[in-house]
Amino acid sequence: MKTVPGISVSGHAEINGASLFDHTVLDLVAGQWTCLLGGSGVGKTTILRLIAGLQTGADFKGEITASDNMSIPARTAYMAQNDLLLPWASVKHNITLGARLRGEPANADAVDELIEWVQLTNHAHKKPGQLSGGQRQRVALARTLLEDKPIILLDEPFSALDAQTRTQMQDLAVELLAGRTVLMVTHDPAEAARLGHTIAVLSSTGICISEPPATPIPREIDAMQTLRCQAALLKLLLGEVA
Amino acid sequence: MKLIYGITATAFALALWQGIVTITGLPRFILPGPGLVAQTWWENRGIILEHATVTAAEVLLGLAIGTVLGILTAIQLAASAQTRLLVQPILVFTQALPVFALAPLLTLWLGYGLWSKVAMAVLIIYFPVTSAFLDGLQRTPTGYLDLAKTMQASPMRVLWHIRIPAALPSLASGLRLAAVYAPIGAVIGEWVGASRGLGYLMLLANGRAKTDLMFAALLTLGAFSILLHFAVVRMTRRLGEHAAQAHP
Repeated sequence: MKTVPGISVSGHAEINGASLFDHTVLDLVAGQWTCLLGGSGVGKTTILRLIAGLQTGADFKGEITASDNMSIPARTAYMAQNDLLLPWASVKHNITLGARLRGEPANADAVDELIEWVQLTNHAHKKPGQLSGGQRQRVALARTLLEDKPIILLDEPFSALDAQTRTQMQDLAVELLAGRTVLMVTHDPAEAARLGHTIAVLSSTGICISEPPATPIPREIDAMQTLRCQAALLKLLLGEVA
Repeated sequence: MKLIYGITATAFALALWQGIVTITGLPRFILPGPGLVAQTWWENRGIILEHATVTAAEVLLGLAIGTVLGILTAIQLAASAQTRLLVQPILVFTQALPVFALAPLLTLWLGYGLWSKVAMAVLIIYFPVTSAFLDGLQRTPTGYLDLAKTMQASPMRVLWHIRIPAALPSLASGLRLAAVYAPIGAVIGEWVGASRGLGYLMLLANGRAKTDLMFAALLTLGAFSILLHFAVVRMTRRLGEHAAQAHP
């Protein structure tokens, strides 16, 4: 993998003249997880899509720069809440989609290794329709990893999973995405408290950086510090509504 | 279970038909009963099947050519927004013209033989196939397109690997419509001018007040159309398979 850059987002966004978020500064530290927490409609996903170079429907004024000043979108891999698996393609073909779309050969050894890492060896030839929700997100994670990009953008990837599967996916994602610059958008304080090296809480008035526990991620779900952090985040979110 | 319903419905229709004939006492050249039609069919089976083969050939050729043309047009239009803006009004205009009105012209241009009927079938199915497939191609779930964009895909490869496969269920519904329309096109062509085919046989029988033969030909056409419909449904089932499990 090439050098891993940090990313700095600074600016404000409007939708049809109405402010989506006021002037906001968000710094993603190179090689670390940043969790962007907030309620629905505050523009979390907009920020993520701006970094990915995707259309947003919002009018963004400001700038998004990488610490090495090189272009960002080509160095990102994207994973959404919807696993976006192609229903007609096998697990293996879904994982290698990126290579096919660029007309490159996929690295067969890397593919097999990845399938093993995400524990799908026995499912490699199945279609997504035959898999459970957790298995499908593991396929999506493998597809993201095969892209081998230094910047990973996760848009609530685990929010549709049940609690225990979500926790397992969080552990797996932290393990496999180690060393990359990760931005995870989430509306779940528990998820942010477990995974964020940095936790940014976004509201319509701007961004507020919350101090997470100093323990390494993924944090223990039953550690007092994690739970306290989770509660503090939830209070922040509630205060924002009131 | 389905078969039982089919048989029951057919039996009911036949009974109703015979009932009307018996109660009204209509002469056989106005409305022949099912028994007489069956007998006429059997006596003329050689001629009927010969003409049916001609019509079947026209329909199948028309379906094949129309499908290929429709698929190619839809892909071309999906690939280029400019072509789409240019061609779509023309497509709609041609569809606004009744194909029936074109039949005499086609016969004038292509003669009394097979090809004027094939052209009719092609014309009548071209639009439904094109528009159903194009519709599918333009409705690719946006999530897939976002994903492809972050993967630095070229538009052509997105079309081939994502948009076309995602649109196959739409193509399948277009083809099922086409299977119903194609025989109509061929028979209209035969009515306007032909020396062979079930449409020709029906006109001939009608002109000589052989209503029983007319009915026999008509029912043969109906049976062929139903068979064709089921064959196409069967063949397109795999195309539509992933529609059931599709997601945005």
